[in-house]
Amino acid sequence: MKGMSLIVKTITNIVIGFIFLYGLYIILHGHLTPGGGFAGGVIIAGVFVLKYLAYGSSKAGEKKSSIISSVFESVGALLFVGIALLGLLLTGVFFLNFIPRGTPLHLLSAGIIPLCNIAIGIKVGAGLFSIFLALAAFKYIMED
Amino acid sequence: MSIIPLYFTIPLITAFIIPLLGKISKSLVWIVTTIVSFALFILALYGVTLTQETSMIVYKMGNWPPPLGIVMAFDSFSALMVLVISIIVFTGCFFSLRYIAHYTGQWKFYTLYMLITAGMMGIAITGDLFNMFVFLEIAAISSYCLVAFGVDAEELEASFKYMVMGEIGGLTFLLAIALLYARTSTLNLADISNTIQGNGMNSFFWMILGMLLFAFSIKAALVPFHTWLPDAHPAAPAPVSSLLSGIFIKVLGIYTTARIVYNIFGLTRANAPTFFNLLIGLGLLSIAWAGLTALKQKDYKRLLGYSTVSQIGYIMIGFGIGNYYGVAGAVFYILAHALGKGLLFLTSGAVVHRAGTRELDKLAGLGESMSTTAWSFRFGALSLIGLPPLVGFFAKLFIVLGAIKAGLLWLAIIAIGLSVLTLAYLLKIENNVFMKKGKMAGLKKAPFTMRIAMVFLVIVMLLTGLGFQTLMNFIVGPAAHALLRGFEYAQLVFGSFALNF
Amino acid sequence: MTIFVFCIALFLIGLYAIVTKRNLIKIVIGFALIEYSVNLLFALIGFRRGALAPIITKVHTTHNFVDPIPQALVLTAIVIALGTTAVMLAIALRIYERYKTFDISKIKRLKG
Repeated sequence: MKGMSLIVKTITNIVIGFIFLYGLYIILHGHLTPGGGFAGGVIIAGVFVLKYLAYGSSKAGEKKSSIISSVFESVGALLFVGIALLGLLLTGVFFLNFIPRGTPLHLLSAGIIPLCNIAIGIKVGAGLFSIFLALAAFKYIMED
Repeated sequence: MSIIPLYFTIPLITAFIIPLLGKISKSLVWIVTTIVSFALFILALYGVTLTQETSMIVYKMGNWPPPLGIVMAFDSFSALMVLVISIIVFTGCFFSLRYIAHYTGQWKFYTLYMLITAGMMGIAITGDLFNMFVFLEIAAISSYCLVAFGVDAEELEASFKYMVMGEIGGLTFLLAIALLYARTSTLNLADISNTIQGNGMNSFFWMILGMLLFAFSIKAALVPFHTWLPDAHPAAPAPVSSLLSGIFIKVLGIYTTARIVYNIFGLTRANAPTFFNLLIGLGLLSIAWAGLTALKQKDYKRLLGYSTVSQIGYIMIGFGIGNYYGVAGAVFYILAHALGKGLLFLTSGAVVHRAGTRELDKLAGLGESMSTTAWSFRFGALSLIGLPPLVGFFAKLFIVLGAIKAGLLWLAIIAIGLSVLTLAYLLKIENNVFMKKGKMAGLKKAPFTMRIAMVFLVIVMLLTGLGFQTLMNFIVGPAAHALLRGFEYAQLVFGSFALNF
Repeated sequence: MTIFVFCIALFLIGLYAIVTKRNLIKIVIGFALIEYSVNLLFALIGFRRGALAPIITKVHTTHNFVDPIPQALVLTAIVIALGTTAVMLAIALRIYERYKTFDISKIKRLKG
């Protein structure tokens, strides 16, 4: 896929960091404000989609990013199930909170919920980007 | 530490470890999947022993008490479903080593295979309506992908057709959940059951039940809604066909229907005779229509697909009869048909693997060259037809007994009479493929792992047939009682909560 | 009550699209409509007049909150809808690759 014009590339360069930061903010404040793992993950996937659309990609690059995103997707899912299983191992109850709850309405609070949000964020970000790649460049990816 | 959440977390974790392992080694993936599915089998056996002691094990996710949190309600019927799922998953996994060898991206197959397992296990043990929907969609989405796994034109077409039908069913289920939540303000199955018990069945609940029955009939492929099944199940790779036909439609369609009709809405033949007659009608229609259509099929797997639709009808009749013998027969039939049809689809896989075609006319002569496959097919077919020492006979016997006890003598006679259809279409395969001499006689035997998987299922079938009295006392009988206790389900769920919390 | 009826109407419009349209992509759009209608119904079920979004903040209010459970359910349903739509579109693309058409009246190799 070919890239877009210089204007698009420049603007993308400027905006991309802010969008990523915003996605991180949404994920990390998931237990305090609206949003959370899924919404933030979608925003982070948007960063990669934007970069892909603006700069284009080669066949090799698509294959590489599909592999990386599939690894991240598995890692995110494993983190999430791992947190739930840690609850089972440490407290005897699946998904039970096993770390201190902290003071309400602070960033470090709500026990395992921020950790779950981070795991979901990784999973959704990588997963949505894989979906995008699978639809945009499915001819290359499916050949392996 | 309780084992209940492990039933769906173990397959889930495996599903997400496989993509990482798949980058390292191909055979490692198969080994891990097989070990995990065997571990699930052991866990399922342990679960059966657990339900002998306590009739209902309630597991609270994150320790939230029932009406607020999600609970897992594990009773004898769930234990039976989990056991059957794990048997079919294990044999299918063992079978798939050589069958999948010529596909690309094998780890994707095993990931989807484990996801479908996790979804089915979840449905069988959940005690929450929305949770059931989520697991149902996990299993359904994986099955759409698995049907299309070969990415040939026919497979994609079958998958899209299946997906359209299946999603209409799934979204109707979601709409029913929304309306039910609007009325009862709860999603816990036991709590919904309490509300219905308090209000009595009014027209609103009948409408919800109608929508749910529509959704689950699509998933179970009962006759007016069966059109996707004869396309989708043959299109999938053989181990997946075995899984889909053997247990998938029963968990998604039959288990959910039975659980909701008996335990949640608390219907019995005494208080809702019309509804139960409707179930019997759907069942009879399925048996007759699909059985007759199966007779004219020329494709090995497609014939088996129609046979599945037809056999599901018997299970529906058993649940429609609604007394102890009928329900026990239906539960027994779930087990018998899972083993029998799972085995038949595995034989189709072995035949396709060696012969490379599924058309019955071209397959003559395989009886000599693939004797293990041929004998496995004969055992599976005889069990489905209902020959005495095999497990299928007892299943049919109990359904017929139930019909007679309920005063439906005509139904018993029709059910026995329609078995002739089963005999007829299975004999067509036997005659064309395994009895007739032909040019396929020079083929090699099926690969070793495939034969092991088939022989394992034959042994399980013989054991369940010979030890049916034990099975009846310890697994099937309690499962039927679990369904027939109706509204008591809710009291058991909330009762154990009072004890444990 | 009327607003619930509109949701059901949207559901039926989606169903109409699935049943009558011949283009694979339009069928997928029909499913998207159905999903929206059910999600909208969920959100409306939880709605209470004059109530706030169910978020705990430092400012104490005397208002009630709307029912948070349907909102959580909608989020889950959206994720599932995303998955099904993605799989559906991927398979539709593959079908296009094989048959060179999106018209379902020309995609009919399976019969009987």
